[in-house]
Amino acid sequence: MRLELDPAPSPKKVALSYGAFLLLALLLLGLLFLAYGVSPLRAYEILLTPLLDPLGLAEVARRAIPLLLIGAGLSLAFRVGFFNIGAEGQLLLGAVGAAYVALFLPPGPYTLPLMFLLGGALGALWAGLAAWLRVRFGASEILTTLMQNYLAYYLVVYLVAGPWKGQFVFGFLYTDRFPEAARLPRLGDSLVHWPTLLLGVGAALLLHLLLFRTSLGFSLRVLGENPQAARYLGLKEGRLMLLVALASGLLAGFAGVGEVAGIHGRLLEPAQISLGYGFTAILVAWLARGRPGLTLLTAPLLGLILAGGDALKLAFSMPFRVVDVVAGLLLLALIGAEAASRHRLIWRR
Amino acid sequence: MEEALVRAVLFGTPILLAALGALLAERSGVVNLGVEGIMALSALAAFAAALGAGPFLGVVAGVGAGVALALFLGLFAITLRANPFVAGLAVAALGLGASGMLGKRYEGVPLETALPEAPLALSALFLALLLHLLLYRSRFGLYLRSVGENPKAADLFGVSVEGVRYLALGLGGGLIGLGGAYLSLAYRPSWTDGMTAGLGWVAIALVILAAWEPLRAVFGAYLFGLLFFLQFRLQGSVPIPSEAFAAMPYLLVILVLALSGRSRAPKALGQPFERGR
Repeated sequence: MRLELDPAPSPKKVALSYGAFLLLALLLLGLLFLAYGVSPLRAYEILLTPLLDPLGLAEVARRAIPLLLIGAGLSLAFRVGFFNIGAEGQLLLGAVGAAYVALFLPPGPYTLPLMFLLGGALGALWAGLAAWLRVRFGASEILTTLMQNYLAYYLVVYLVAGPWKGQFVFGFLYTDRFPEAARLPRLGDSLVHWPTLLLGVGAALLLHLLLFRTSLGFSLRVLGENPQAARYLGLKEGRLMLLVALASGLLAGFAGVGEVAGIHGRLLEPAQISLGYGFTAILVAWLARGRPGLTLLTAPLLGLILAGGDALKLAFSMPFRVVDVVAGLLLLALIGAEAASRHRLIWRR
Repeated sequence: MEEALVRAVLFGTPILLAALGALLAERSGVVNLGVEGIMALSALAAFAAALGAGPFLGVVAGVGAGVALALFLGLFAITLRANPFVAGLAVAALGLGASGMLGKRYEGVPLETALPEAPLALSALFLALLLHLLLYRSRFGLYLRSVGENPKAADLFGVSVEGVRYLALGLGGGLIGLGGAYLSLAYRPSWTDGMTAGLGWVAIALVILAAWEPLRAVFGAYLFGLLFFLQFRLQGSVPIPSEAFAAMPYLLVILVLALSGRSRAPKALGQPFERGR
């Protein structure tokens, strides 16, 4: 018995393997819910409750904003072979840049654009550093971007506990509130900061066009699919890699700006700024199959999982880690199904 | 001085065990990025079992959980030939998530009989030596290395590439699990979510720093241990914020990665094996 490559899997087989693996993931998740002491069916039900009312849907949209921004950038980066695992840190640096503008520059109509500019630039710089280390020294960006997440985490902790600690916050670890000019408008009384949402939609569409309608996009796709051919064509691998890293870091930085300017109105502890958006966005990008436009569908889907995780947390006082479990299992189911549909089982040796 | 060395060894031990586990898998050509999650789940399994059945069974449970989760990764990375990096990251998330979820009820529960650290630290050293001998002085080690360097040739000689890789990944998972058990039974005899604190990722970087050699990993692990000790000791006594110290190990990992590159990696590392291609 062995596996062999299947060059042209039938649609039926593809559907079947995706179905089987998703079922397996649901089963394993159910077992974990059982081990935690809740009924799996009830847990699944609660996971989907945000779909039932406008308030729940607004929660999904709120989560989808950073996921869309980061996911669109990551889908480009993954496609080109830059495994940016550091969106979490890039998001935090974006929040730091935004907070600097909001807290230390005189407020005015230029405040919000400047926040996005500085926040995005810091996010891009943070990702660009990892790309430079890979291009120049061959350091695996999976590990460097991951380590940078920890560095960004401690930077934010240092800022909110030290030099940037608010004057009027007493024992709490956050800065003073941002002035009104540094706050993003929201939809009604929800937490949906719509300018950032528009930015995300625009970014996803723009990157999609860039990738599939321009010659630069063609170069990027060649580099991702066949680095050897790219070298043959004389493409500047390092420069393209850096470009992609900067773009994905920029968008993650924007996501950080959106979180502090649209939701919290201050810089606070890193774990409260990002609820694991950087990691969940990996799934958004992976689901979108390297097509930035598809993140318009996958980001809300993962937004639902995050909002549902929140509901689970409230209903069963479950730790938020449940989202990691769902994300991990979903990712495994997807890559497993993809791999299984690409192979066929041969029963004789 | 003496205290610093002792603490460096004691803190370097979980890093060493996890790095040995990752190294064993990588020598056979399988990248295991799930280390952090495997360690976290093993730490929980060890703690839960030790509460109910004593520390010895705790160690067994920790190692067992490590083997099981590593073999689960193997299902995707070896048999299904899925992208091993993504599969590893997913296993890391799964292990961290599951341990955080299931471990909630053990948060703040004291462990009656903790394991002494020193004997475990010594056995980690012994395991490094054993791994060195296994790799370079045994037939299995020869198979393992050839599977990592040139799986096609090994296959032609009748070595089961997948079998060797599963064995290396599984045994490595056991070592990583032992590292997790050390954390929750000996080093900090308790359970808290996130207690692995990135040690698993440090261990993966250490494999590169050690150029895939078990004996070099020993020195690297103790170096990281010393760094963690200094972070703890120098806090407050010098005018540097404690967060800077906390960030130091991660900064060091980045430096190490930049300085050592990937030149000496096993040649088939991260490449799924397809017969006849």
